[in-house]
Amino acid sequence: MAEAFDIEIATPERLLAREKAIRAQIPAKEGYIGVLPDHAPLLSELGIGALTYTTPGDQRFSLAIRGGFLEINNNVVRVLTDIGEKAHEIDVARAEKDLKQAQDAVINPALGMDIAAALIAVRHAEARIEAARRAAAKEE
Amino acid sequence: MPSLIDLRRRIRSVKNTRQITKAMKVVSAAKLRRAQDRVLSARPYAQIIQRMLANVAQAASEQHDGETIDLLVVRPEKRIQLLVITADRGLAGAFNSNVLKAALKFIQEHKDAEVQLELIGRKARDFFKKRSKSISGEYSTIFQKVVRYEDALEIARKVIERYRKAEIDSVYLVGNNFKSMMASQLVMNRILPIELPEKQEQIDYIYEQPPAELLAALLPRYIESQILRALLESAAAEHAARMTAMEAASSNAADVIDALTLKMNRVRQASITREIIEIVSGAAALD
Repeated sequence: MAEAFDIEIATPERLLAREKAIRAQIPAKEGYIGVLPDHAPLLSELGIGALTYTTPGDQRFSLAIRGGFLEINNNVVRVLTDIGEKAHEIDVARAEKDLKQAQDAVINPALGMDIAAALIAVRHAEARIEAARRAAAKEE
Repeated sequence: MPSLIDLRRRIRSVKNTRQITKAMKVVSAAKLRRAQDRVLSARPYAQIIQRMLANVAQAASEQHDGETIDLLVVRPEKRIQLLVITADRGLAGAFNSNVLKAALKFIQEHKDAEVQLELIGRKARDFFKKRSKSISGEYSTIFQKVVRYEDALEIARKVIERYRKAEIDSVYLVGNNFKSMMASQLVMNRILPIELPEKQEQIDYIYEQPPAELLAALLPRYIESQILRALLESAAAEHAARMTAMEAASSNAADVIDALTLKMNRVRQASITREIIEIVSGAAALD
């Protein structure tokens, strides 16, 4: 049995991570998927949320991701996401502001913003805050 | 025989030109490095999505009978969309004219069909605007800053939408790929309808969504990543081409300066010799 697996996270513009991991929690479209070594081959669409993985050195990393695809095969986990940010890149104050704005747009349709887009924006802002929070929790 | 002052002036102006071409070369070299990095960092996504696509397409075609996904439908090519990718600026050797020539040739070869142009880069717009071909869209600001994913997204969404509505029957792309410092490679690709990549191995995946659904979601992303790649490659190739062109211009300017300096010295010497002769012969006349 393998002790670790490779995790690759890429956006169309750049590679966010390529390293070994022993655990990962990935927001798939139909809910979070927990990944351990020797996971069965799997293909899925991704949802919006905070992705967390743990390296063999017991370091935890979090990223906020929004949509995309997940492939697991032969102990390689490949995450293709449309928008991805590492926890330390996330500006929490801005994410909170975005969240507030998006929530206002949902509650108050008079603002004229597309509700579906606003809901996605709410979840994306929440994911960013969550990813940043998890990264901060690890450091304490 | 040109006068000494004229020669000095010309040398000065050529020296100024050389300063400018040298500076442009340095700027392009710096931009090239960044553009190359961006091409490289976009590569993993493109490779992974291609591999995924091959597997999903296989599974989808096994489970899904008859019904084909809209982006894979092959129609007779009556209306063709051609994406022409040039730079916004010139002074890059044959970079732009190669693309434009290839585009013209493409139109020639597809006389029976209506070729609609989507022009990316100001040079393409300027060129085809005068020739009043049928133009469906133009983007002339993409290369002024660094190319962003959103730029590719905008173009991709538009062509996908038009393809779905059957306003166009196929989409081709012509542009430059970065190959090396000295040479860029002209590419002409069909991006729609999508030709599914060859699959290597059969893997028995667990599908969280039905393969056909996954495939339908993957295909637009695949097109986006192809267009993004073409834009990034073109940006890198543009800087490489400009660097080479400016290098050539600088060394050319140096040659001209050498030749002019030689000429100037000859003229100067001739005038000194003439003056001496005048003095000597004047003195001889006094004797």
